[in-house]
Amino acid sequence: MEAERTFWEYLRDFSENQAPLDFVLVYDNLDKFFEGALVTLQLTFLALLIGGLMAIPMALARANKVSVLNPIIWCYTYAFRGTPLLVQTYLFYFGLGQFEAVRESFLWSPILSDPWWCVLIAFTLNTAAYTTEFLRGAIETTPRGEIEASVAAGMSPWLRTRLVVLPSAFRRALPAYSNEVIFTLHGSVIASTVTLQDLLGVGRWLNGRYYLAYEGFVTAMLFYMAIVLMITVAFKLAEKRYLKHLRPRESTEETAASATV
Amino acid sequence: MAALDTNLDANLSLQVRDLHKSYGSHEVLKGVSLEAREGDVISMLGSSGSGKSTFLRCVNLLETPNAGTITVHGEEIKMSMNKHGAFRPTDPRQVERIRARLAMVFQSFNLWSHMTILENVIAGPVHVLKQPKAEAIEKAKAVLERVGMFERRDYYPSHISGGQQQRAAIARALAMEPEVMLFDEPTSALDPELVGEVLKVIRSLAEEGRTMVVVTHEMGFARDVSNKVIFLHQGLIEEQGNPAEMFTNPQTQRFQEFLANARD
Repeated sequence: MEAERTFWEYLRDFSENQAPLDFVLVYDNLDKFFEGALVTLQLTFLALLIGGLMAIPMALARANKVSVLNPIIWCYTYAFRGTPLLVQTYLFYFGLGQFEAVRESFLWSPILSDPWWCVLIAFTLNTAAYTTEFLRGAIETTPRGEIEASVAAGMSPWLRTRLVVLPSAFRRALPAYSNEVIFTLHGSVIASTVTLQDLLGVGRWLNGRYYLAYEGFVTAMLFYMAIVLMITVAFKLAEKRYLKHLRPRESTEETAASATV
Repeated sequence: MAALDTNLDANLSLQVRDLHKSYGSHEVLKGVSLEAREGDVISMLGSSGSGKSTFLRCVNLLETPNAGTITVHGEEIKMSMNKHGAFRPTDPRQVERIRARLAMVFQSFNLWSHMTILENVIAGPVHVLKQPKAEAIEKAKAVLERVGMFERRDYYPSHISGGQQQRAAIARALAMEPEVMLFDEPTSALDPELVGEVLKVIRSLAEEGRTMVVVTHEMGFARDVSNKVIFLHQGLIEEQGNPAEMFTNPQTQRFQEFLANARD
């Protein structure tokens, strides 16, 4: 006579032996996936934030053809856009440690010996290179007349940049930047190759421990998809807010109503 | 006599002397001078290539002239030869300050496309003239009312017609409370049916006693509204004077031909 099984025991048995994917195992390890997601999100968004801030002055220097800086920045963006992110990460993680001077410098023990910092530096420099170049493109396509109008209004070069050139360029670059954000997220899986437990790292760990490839990788995939969905929605909202002037005018009733407010 | 001179100079809003401008070996302006007293409305006429737009763009240094002096209300823009032998303004701050006193209205409007009409109008007063924002908004509303664009103040430039954009651009220029307004072919980019509404606004500004220099193809405007007409031909002033006399009795053959062509 078979003992009464609780629903939970039944579910566990079904999940382990019959279901195509052991969802109970995934559920048991969900906290690890959330920790992994946190590492992925931290690396991605810190790199985007710092890289984005670095890109603004570099893009301005490139677009304005500032004498010495322009060729130097060009070399930098060419190098980082022309080589795989994996190679760049390896260079920072494995490469730097070979140099005595680096190992003995003050940067070594807190930063350059830590994979997290190496990955962050590589990702930041990589996204900064891409962002610099398309931001430069957006700056260079600022309508000439709009710049002339700001010159004629007596604005200083910095005021024109702050009021006209950058706001206009950011808006034009916005749709392209959503791709850069998603690519950076995708590229962040490289963190798992240098021992970090990011989302993919947790998936790999699950696979290594239970020999269950689907469970680890499908779960990681779903997490990535959810993050991408959030990014896409955020960009759609931002475009709705900031790209109003590029859209055709809405129905006349609506605009007439907003005009009289 | 000396007292009279200074008195005259005080009324002199804009004085341009012997302006030269070349692009490479092509000399566009060969020494053009202009004096605008307070309340003067000066129309600059000439066929395309005569240098009239270049002249206007040199006045607020959108183009750097190769020689000549520009004086706004007695303040001369300091220019000198740099070490490469190019004629350049010596004090960028001074140039910015003077540009803010010479508002310009462009042929293609050049409103800032990512700002609403109201934001376009207050940008200069708030950021260049350092007016408090609330005050700038109140003044902006008044000038928008003045050009009939108050109802459209929250629109983006791309969502309104060319005539409305140009009126908004005039409001943007007015909000700077300029001493002289420069109009660079303000109606040339407009569809014929929209020219009237813009000319009406410019005409009303002229009647209000604003000092302006208008580069235009609108003969009716030049004849009826301005008190002085300058006809440029190949970078030189061919004929200038009172519009009533010039239009009824042109002195030079070139201006006669120009008028004949314009009437076609």
